[in-house]
Amino acid sequence: MNNIRKQDIMSLLGCFVLFAVMQLLIMFEIIGPFWELNIVLIGINIILSVSLNLINGYTGQFSIGHAGFLAVGAYTGAIITVKLGLPFELALIVGTLCAGLLGFLIGLPTLRLNGDYLAIATLGLGEIIRICILNIEYVGGASGLMGIPRETNFAWVFWVGIFVIFFIKNFINSAPGRSCLAIRENEIAAETMGIDTTKYKVMAFTIGAAFAGTAGVLFSHYFYIAHPASFTFMRSFDILTMVVLGGLGSMSGAITGAVLLTGISAFLAEYPEWRMVIYSITLIVLMLYRPQGLFGNKELSLKMFKLGGDNSGRTAEGK
Amino acid sequence: MDMGSFLHQFVQQLINGVSLGSIYALIALGYTMIYGIIKLINFAHGDIYMLGAYFGFVATTMLGLSFLPALVFAMAAAAVAGIVIERVAYRPMRNAPRIAILITAIGVSFFLEYGMILIATPQPRTFPAVFDATVYNVAGLVINSQQIVILGSALVLMAALTYIVNHTKAGKAMRAVSFDMDAAQLMGINIDKVISMTFALGSSLAAAAGVLVSIYYNSIDPLMGMMPGMKAFVAAVLGGIGIIPGAMLGGIIMGVVEAMVSGFFSSTFRDAAAFGILILILLYKPSGLLGKNIREKV
Amino acid sequence: MEELLKVNNVSMVFGGLRAVSNFSMEINKGELIGLIGPNGAGKTTAFNMLTGVYEPTEGTITFEGNLVNGKKPYQVTAMGMARTFQNIRLFSELSVIDNVKIAYNMHVQYSLPEAIWRFGRYFNEEEEITNKAMSLLKIFKLDGKADEQAKNLPYGEQRRLEIARAMATQPKLLLLDEPAAGMNPQETHELMEMIRWIRDEFKLSILLIEHDMSLVMNVCERIYVLEYGFCIANGVPEEIKNNKRVIEAYLGEEVS
Repeated sequence: MNNIRKQDIMSLLGCFVLFAVMQLLIMFEIIGPFWELNIVLIGINIILSVSLNLINGYTGQFSIGHAGFLAVGAYTGAIITVKLGLPFELALIVGTLCAGLLGFLIGLPTLRLNGDYLAIATLGLGEIIRICILNIEYVGGASGLMGIPRETNFAWVFWVGIFVIFFIKNFINSAPGRSCLAIRENEIAAETMGIDTTKYKVMAFTIGAAFAGTAGVLFSHYFYIAHPASFTFMRSFDILTMVVLGGLGSMSGAITGAVLLTGISAFLAEYPEWRMVIYSITLIVLMLYRPQGLFGNKELSLKMFKLGGDNSGRTAEGK
Repeated sequence: MDMGSFLHQFVQQLINGVSLGSIYALIALGYTMIYGIIKLINFAHGDIYMLGAYFGFVATTMLGLSFLPALVFAMAAAAVAGIVIERVAYRPMRNAPRIAILITAIGVSFFLEYGMILIATPQPRTFPAVFDATVYNVAGLVINSQQIVILGSALVLMAALTYIVNHTKAGKAMRAVSFDMDAAQLMGINIDKVISMTFALGSSLAAAAGVLVSIYYNSIDPLMGMMPGMKAFVAAVLGGIGIIPGAMLGGIIMGVVEAMVSGFFSSTFRDAAAFGILILILLYKPSGLLGKNIREKV
Repeated sequence: MEELLKVNNVSMVFGGLRAVSNFSMEINKGELIGLIGPNGAGKTTAFNMLTGVYEPTEGTITFEGNLVNGKKPYQVTAMGMARTFQNIRLFSELSVIDNVKIAYNMHVQYSLPEAIWRFGRYFNEEEEITNKAMSLLKIFKLDGKADEQAKNLPYGEQRRLEIARAMATQPKLLLLDEPAAGMNPQETHELMEMIRWIRDEFKLSILLIEHDMSLVMNVCERIYVLEYGFCIANGVPEEIKNNKRVIEAYLGEEVS
């Protein structure tokens, strides 16, 4: 088992190198402000897609309400810093916990539903969260909560992203994580193997929701504002698309999906009228040619190039 | 609020709700039929409704058609659009994982919305008044002639659809395919044709809804299909997705709930109420009001 | 002999259909019991009641003196019953060894933080699970295919993997739902040898649903016969072979 620990340390080292390179590029303005912004956005989207992948890809529960948890994180984080004047670090923790708690409360009753019914219920709950926020004057109602300090930067997003990726990767490579995989593969057989399916479904949903909350805190503290319009079901679709495009149940896939779609969107920013049309055609064509997603449920690893190596999602640095 | 005015308000909202609900029902029917046949949540269906409204706009302003011919034109054009979309985007993916087709549907939805923005600009357009809006006052209740037209047209279309599905050969083929695609194929049914027809029927109903709504609100825009599309989907699930009477029932319930919430509380909570009802019903009946709870056989 | 499972007058009613009526059975420690009957006799329904998939409409089931009624399948598994399925239900996208490891999850002691931060009991227990899974696979001659996806195994090996997986939950009673279905005679013969060997080696009890008569007669010590939801006979194979009702109902000319 020592080689697993060695791999972890090697991956972490890789992250440090990647971080140093990126940070230098940003410092010397080789990466300009436009791309810096998009890199931060990519990081936030990676957190979102990786956390949704835990629910949809690994546990096989079809959830499309992720934007709701993103909103909860964004707003509770902003309340901590703007309304209460407390530090950003605390906002990150509270935002994560609140979204997780809500995920737990929502997951407990709704995860009894199957397939498309679960999908529409989570979609509805995401919308309900947004509409409730829209009606709370304390957080600015329909005009949004403004004046949020910019506390998020590349370093924050990078290291929080690495944290989330490692968290979920290690989760999946443990007994509880394997229980989730079993539920995805065959719920009845999983239950017969002694797995309390409700418990693990709710666990995956809670963890996924919590990290969406983390992404929300980072998001609102980068763009100065938390606005209800940023958290519609279209945003949930966005995240879902990243996960499916990359390949459900693949860490490398979720990361690649987030990088690719955010990147395409950024590249097309120069052609505002054509942007969404080209984006949608790209999406359709990619799905036509890779219906199982870019990675299927495999991981990017040395195995793809030569035999041997392990198949754990060791692509944290794939940014 | 005393009892009399409460009752008055209640009946008024019921009228508004049923006419709005009949629109949802028309869109929901398409959702449910397409789901019933190929198990696809066709997220682009709301945009077909938008397309229908624009076809209606073209028919009335550019071609100078009156209400009925314009409605028929919009329905026919949307039917063609539905067939083309299925051919190009969904048919090649028939054996792909369901979620992949779902993402494709989201892609198609974006394509229709932003393609329309590209062609027609994002600005809302005024839909011409194709007939005079008369307001009737019956026992203190306000009923708009447009509401009557909406409800009347919706009822006629639903009756027609029910007839087609239950009493024609094509309808029998549709039901067979939705019951068991493989078996239907073995019985010599041309699956492709049946699926095309389902898309055509569903799309034309959505287009009719689009035209009717545009007449009622006088305004159309390229993103107008997003929210009604979503609501209609909710209505379809509410009634039990894949079940035709379920879509009608779900649509009417959605419309009435929304009207009641707008009338008695606040219109800002309207959408939340619709979703809330859905979730409550699903928790109680996990496969919708008219859905059968099928347990997986062990 | 010590009693392990006691089924007391259970019935299962679906709407108007009585799938199983007043069924009673006992299984003692170390016994190998057969449950036979024509198609639709209610064998699998009986199985589903035993394992908590269905709750019996009437009657009680006790396992080591504890009531099974109303328990969920995972709780029943924790009590010491494990099963296989008539239609194979493997975790088909996962590797063969992961299929078995998942069945050990119930016995895992390490906590969620230990798993995420990889400290404490995590490494030792993971190693232990892997070793245990490997040795089980070896018993079922699947160790050479540990890293293959379960869905890529040939049919007979998938059946064996299902049994291996059920064994990993460390049951006291193993329930096998038509384990030989779809196997050729050679495979079936090997399987039966293996079932008997498992019983002796792991000192557990086995309840076997089977269609293949010769097989049940050879391997089981006692047999229960279901027809239209009723238990029409039970006893040692010799008795069953000569029972008139059984011959009428099911065996026909097969055993004449």
